Formats: sequence, C-alpha cells, structure tokens
Amino acid sequence: MTPLLEIRDLHAEIAGGRKIINGMNLTINPGEVHAIMGPNGAGKSTLSYVLSGKPGYEITGGEVIFRGVNLQELSPDERAAQGLFLCFQYPLEIPGVSNMAFLHTAANSQRKKRGEPELTSPELVRKVRELGKQLGIDTDMLKRPVNVGFSGGEKKRNETLQMMLLEPYLSILDEADSGLDIDALKVVSNGVNAMRSPERSMLVITHYQRLLDYIVPDVVHVFAAGRIVHTGGKELALELEATGYAQYQNEAA
Amino acid sequence: MAAVQETVEQVRSIDVDQYKYGFETQIESEKAPKGLSEEVIRFISAKKEEPEWMLDLRLDAYRRWLSMSEPTWARVDFPQIDFQDLYYYSAPKKFKAPKSLDEVDPEILKTYEKLGIPLREQEILAGVEVPEGERPRIAVDAVFDSVSVATTFKEELKAAGVIFMPISEALREHPDLVKKYLGSVVPVTDNFYATLNSAVFSDGSFVYIPPGVRCPMELSTYFRINEKNTGQFERTLIIADKGSYVSYLEGCTAPQRDENQLHAAVVELVVLDDAEIKYSTVQNWYPGDSEGKGGIYNFVTKRGDCRGKNSKISWTQVETGSAITWKYPSCVLRGEGSSGEFYSIAISNGRQQVDSGTKMIHLGKNTTSRIISKGISAGRSNNTYRGLVSAHRKAEGARNFTNCDSLLIGNACGAHTVPYIEAKNPKAQFEHEATTSKISEDMLFYCMQRGLSQEDAVALVVNGFVRDVLQQLPMEFAVEAQKLISISLEGSVG
Ligand SMILES: Nc1ncnc2c1ncn2[C@@H]1O[C@H](COP(=O)(O)OP(=O)(O)OP(=O)(O)O)[C@@H](O)[C@H]1O
Ligand SMILES: [Mg+2]
Repeated sequence: MTPLLEIRDLHAEIAGGRKIINGMNLTINPGEVHAIMGPNGAGKSTLSYVLSGKPGYEITGGEVIFRGVNLQELSPDERAAQGLFLCFQYPLEIPGVSNMAFLHTAANSQRKKRGEPELTSPELVRKVRELGKQLGIDTDMLKRPVNVGFSGGEKKRNETLQMMLLEPYLSILDEADSGLDIDALKVVSNGVNAMRSPERSMLVITHYQRLLDYIVPDVVHVFAAGRIVHTGGKELALELEATGYAQYQNEAA
Repeated sequence: MAAVQETVEQVRSIDVDQYKYGFETQIESEKAPKGLSEEVIRFISAKKEEPEWMLDLRLDAYRRWLSMSEPTWARVDFPQIDFQDLYYYSAPKKFKAPKSLDEVDPEILKTYEKLGIPLREQEILAGVEVPEGERPRIAVDAVFDSVSVATTFKEELKAAGVIFMPISEALREHPDLVKKYLGSVVPVTDNFYATLNSAVFSDGSFVYIPPGVRCPMELSTYFRINEKNTGQFERTLIIADKGSYVSYLEGCTAPQRDENQLHAAVVELVVLDDAEIKYSTVQNWYPGDSEGKGGIYNFVTKRGDCRGKNSKISWTQVETGSAITWKYPSCVLRGEGSSGEFYSIAISNGRQQVDSGTKMIHLGKNTTSRIISKGISAGRSNNTYRGLVSAHRKAEGARNFTNCDSLLIGNACGAHTVPYIEAKNPKAQFEHEATTSKISEDMLFYCMQRGLSQEDAVALVVNGFVRDVLQQLPMEFAVEAQKLISISLEGSVG
C-alpha cells in the first residue's frame, strides 16, 4: 500500500533559528488514525504547522511526502486542495465575513484548484445546513462572522464543520478536545468518526486519553523534544495517563 | 517568505499597469491661455455665456484668493503648486452643447464606453443580464475636462419635475435657483481651494428636486480629466426641496501622466424640511505610480446643509485613487431633528497620501450624526482620518456616534486618527470608538489552510473589514467598489 503521508528524518525550525523538529519519522497509511501525545512545548503544534505550510516555519532537513507529492513544493492553499486539513488549536476570527460565505469560498477555491465543478449556492447551503444539524450548529451561527464571539466549544464545532464539508484525506486535529464539554466532545467525535473511511486518515494530537475513547486510534505515538520516541497501540494512551512522560523525556534527551 | 511580507511586496509593485483607466483620448481641445488672471476668468465666464452676477462672483473670489494661502494642517506632503503653470479651461474643440448623443464627438463616447459608463439610454434599458424594467436605471451627466458632454434621461426627469443638467446650463436656464443657493453652503471665502474653485469652476452638475418628489432614478456624474496640465474645477449643487428624495452618485477617472494634476471641486447640498440626499462617491483618480510619480491632487470641499426640519444627508465614499486626497464631506445640522451620516472607505497604497474625514456641525435641537470610517493602508502610503464633531450651545439633545477603524497591510504604511470634539451643550452625547489592526499573518494562513489563495485571503479579510460601509452603497456601485478595492490591493499573482 502507498502511504498517505510519509515523514522522513524531518528537521524544522521556527524563523529566527529555533530548532523544534529533530529528525522525525512517521508513516500514515490510508484509513489509519494515529494519535500523538506528548508534553507541553514538545513541538506538536509546530509539527502541524510545518505540515500545513505556515509561513515562518522552515524545513531544514528531510522530507514530507503527501499523496505522492513533496509538500515543500506546495503553498498552504495547494496543500489544502490536495486534501490536507488542519483543525486549529486556536481557530482565528474573521470579522465581517459570514461563516457561510467563508465556507463557500473555501470549498470552491479547493474545487477550482482540483479542476472540479464548483458548488452552487443552494447546493452548498443544503450541505452546510445538514452538517450543521449533526454538529449542533444553528443557522444563526452560520450567518455570523467566522468564529467572532464564538465560545471555545463553538469554535471547535465550527472547525469540525469545515472539515466535514471539505472532506480532506488527512485531518490533523490539534487538541480538538480542549474547551469542549462532554456533550460537545461526543458531537465532535461523532463527526470525526463519520468521516473515517478506507481512504481517509487522521492525525489526532491530544493530551487526554478521554478523546481517544471516542476517536479510537490505530496507533499511538509519544512525541518529545521534536520527534517520536515511542510507538504503541491504543493501550499506550492509558499507560501514559498513569505514568506521564518522564521516562520518554529522558529517552529524548 | 512570510505571507504578509509577500503581500506587501506585491502591493509595493503595484503601479501604472494596475490602473485600467489610464488611457488618453486623442482629441483636439480649446483652452484658455495658461495661468490665472482676471482675463482668464472673463474668458471662462464668456465661454459659458454666464449672467453678469456670476462673473462678479468669480472675480470677487479671485481677488480674495490672491490674498489667501494654502492650508498646511493636513498630514500630506507635496511640492508647491505653481498655479500659473496650469490651464483653467479646456473643452473638446468641436464642442457645442450637443442636443443629442449623436452630436457628441465619437471619441468621447468611446472614452466613456471604455470606462464602462453607459451614455446611451437604450443600451441601459436593453441590459443583457437583467430583464428590461428590472434593471435600475441611472441618469448620467458626463463631464469631460471642463465641460459637460452629455446628460441622459433628461426628458423623463423633466416630466417628474426634476432638474438635472450641467451647472453651466442651469446658470442660463434657471439663474434664480442657482443664484439663491450657489455659495450658500460653501461660501466664496471658505478655504483656499474652494475660493479658487469659485473663481474658475467650469462645469459640474446641477440638481433640483421639487417638493414632495422622489427622484425616479439614481442620478450620477462621471468626471474625466483628459487634458495635460489642466486643473479640473467642477462645481456641483444639489437642492432637495421639502419632502423630496434623491440618490446621487459620483465617479471619476483620469489618464496616467507623469506630472501631477490638480482637481479642486466644490460640492454643495441643500436639504429642506423632511427631505433627504444620499450622495455616494467612488473616487478612482489616477493614484500615481509605485514610486509616487504622477497622480491627481484631489483637494475637494464637500458640504451639505440640513437646512430644514428632519432633513437628512448621507455621504458614502469609497476612495481608492489620487496621489493626495484632501477631503472632508461635512454636514451642517441646522434644522431641528436633522441627521447626517458619513460612511467612508479610504484605501491608500504605493505612495498615496490620504487625509480625509468629515465634520458634523450640530446647530439644531435633537440633531443626530453617525460616522463610520474604514481606512486601509498598504505599501508606503499614509492614511489619516480627521474628523470634527461639534455641538452648538443650542444643540440640545445632539447625538453622535463615531467609529473609525484602520487596517494596516505591511510595516511601511501609516494610519492616523485625529478626532476633534467640541461640545458646547452639556446635554450633547458623543461616542467615539477607534481601532487599528493589522492584517495578521495568522488570519491569512487560516484562510489559506482552507484553500484560499493569498490574494483571495487578503481580499476576503479586507471585504469583511469594509462591509458595514459597502452595505450603504447602491447595489451596482457596491459591486464596482468591491472590484475596485481588490484591484487597488492586488499584486501580480506570484
Ligand atoms: N513563534 C515562535 N517563536 C519562538 N518559539 C516558538 C514559537 N512558536 C512555538 N515556539 C516554541 O516552540 C516549542 C514548541 O511549541 P509547540 O506549540 O509546537 O508545542 P506543543 O507540543 O504543541 O505544546 P502544547 O502541548 O502546550 O500545545 C515551544 O517551546 C514554544 O515556546
Ligand atoms: Mg500545541
């Protein structure tokens, strides 16, 4: 099977020279759900930015192949059109731009880049309303400016809505559970699970085992000091909850 | 390179190529001798076959102007203008007031066609996308250099009692109306440029809406400066009599030239009891190239007088052009219960300098005003909002709400807010809000991660920023303005 994502000996730093990713390797096959756990400041969010091409994050060694393409050659919007989605730890607010208009622009920008027919307004509205219903997002929230004044939980639901509309091949979820109450956690997880399929994969970054009760991973990695230091099955998450990261931090050092 | 940095680079590279209206029309013109003198003023007045009192008014203005000096308080910087090195009158040579469009020089018609301004009424009526009758109709007065070359829908407007014609024509056909109101809002001595305008203005539009009439269509004037070294000094006078309503649009363009050109217009609005004027501008004069060479100096005095009870004036402006903009559309809220609004989007890029804002002068009881200003600065431009809100001693119950937001793109531009507030009545309520923000890298990245190109991301964020104001524009103008905004901020796609 060709992997969906292949990270080989990746080194990356933040503009200004701070090295954050240190020789990381990871292979994700189509259909797999991988969880990444690790101490604060280990570089998990940085990894998600490097993969999605955020300006200011530079790859200094190694390579990342996504669906057969070297990601370094693609701009962030081209990566998005290739099917890479980042569910932000802190979603941004865009004043004056309605949520619906944003979804429309995003979906059609991607379709255009892929040479697919664009969605008409009625098609899009129907689709978005349907997804909104599943996620407990009402029409009022769809009319409001993107994320402006949304509660933490609402922002995460909104991220999930975008993901479900855009149907990416790889979704990177950066602490999708933070700020969610129990009910919202279930709603968001159900949304994510509904997207699981033999072609689609997920990279789930989290601090808590609880999320993994809902989104059950195939593989769990421990990430410390800029690389993966240990890999196991879903039971590893439980283990970590009991022991913490101390032993792995030594390993990384 | 960081996304914002790239945007900044692209924005910086904007130059003449981006200005779609920079072409020149080859046409012979008749000019007054270069420079300014009583002789030149007499020449202009004679050309227009004006009544004696108008010539006297001009000469009076000219003599006063000689003793005045240019205002220096605005945050703009430019070399001294040599007022003797300009032409003050230029008209297409074959020009005699045309009776119908067929008499208009085809070169000029082509010019307006190229600018996308419909002068042929039947073409408007036979609009392709929209079925006949549903497409809103707009009457146009087209001003080419110093003269009005065509005014459309005259007959239909006449039937409604509306007078819409070049001011030069109004001076001959309705001298009493013009005499009664001209200079009654912006007095001859108001300021350096207004006084100059009073002395030399050549054309512009005149509008009179009789009592109780709702003008049956939008009225608009398109100004075009074509000639070299020619100042454009147009004069607009709009009177809304009791209980009437009119929506008026103004647009403007000019060819690209290396030297600067002066545009010093005066607009006066008079609104009587229960009447309303909605005045919208999309200003797109040539802004100069990316190094600041060329471009229009836009020194404009616009003022409306809410003379009657419960009268209303609403100014909406989208300012994207000109090398320098010096412009403060204002409202004198004289009538009890009158209200003034100012909605503004001012975009500066390259080396453009904008110093713009408004004055809301509350004189009457229970007068209200609202100011929404959105400034966007990019490139190495400077963008200043300057606004005065004042309440006279007798302006009991005066209320104002002001909101000024500035958006910066890149690090080399400047945004400034200079609000003046004077409340001589203790019961006046003035509220002021101001914010300055930068298009953040994070916001652009968020949009791009969802699939938007960098340019689309900038356009989306900017459109969100100016939304409140765009909503105030008449539909077609809003679409035009939106396009203009993205062109103004567009870089070559990298
Ligand atoms: N723009 C920046 N400039 C300097 N240092 C940065 C920048 N962004 C991140 N860092 C540093 O990089 C390191 C990795 O940060 P990152 O956000 O990737 O950690 P994380 O694993 O996601 O942590 P958490 O679990 O707390 O979310 C941290 O030490 C952080 O302070
Ligand atoms: Mg993080």
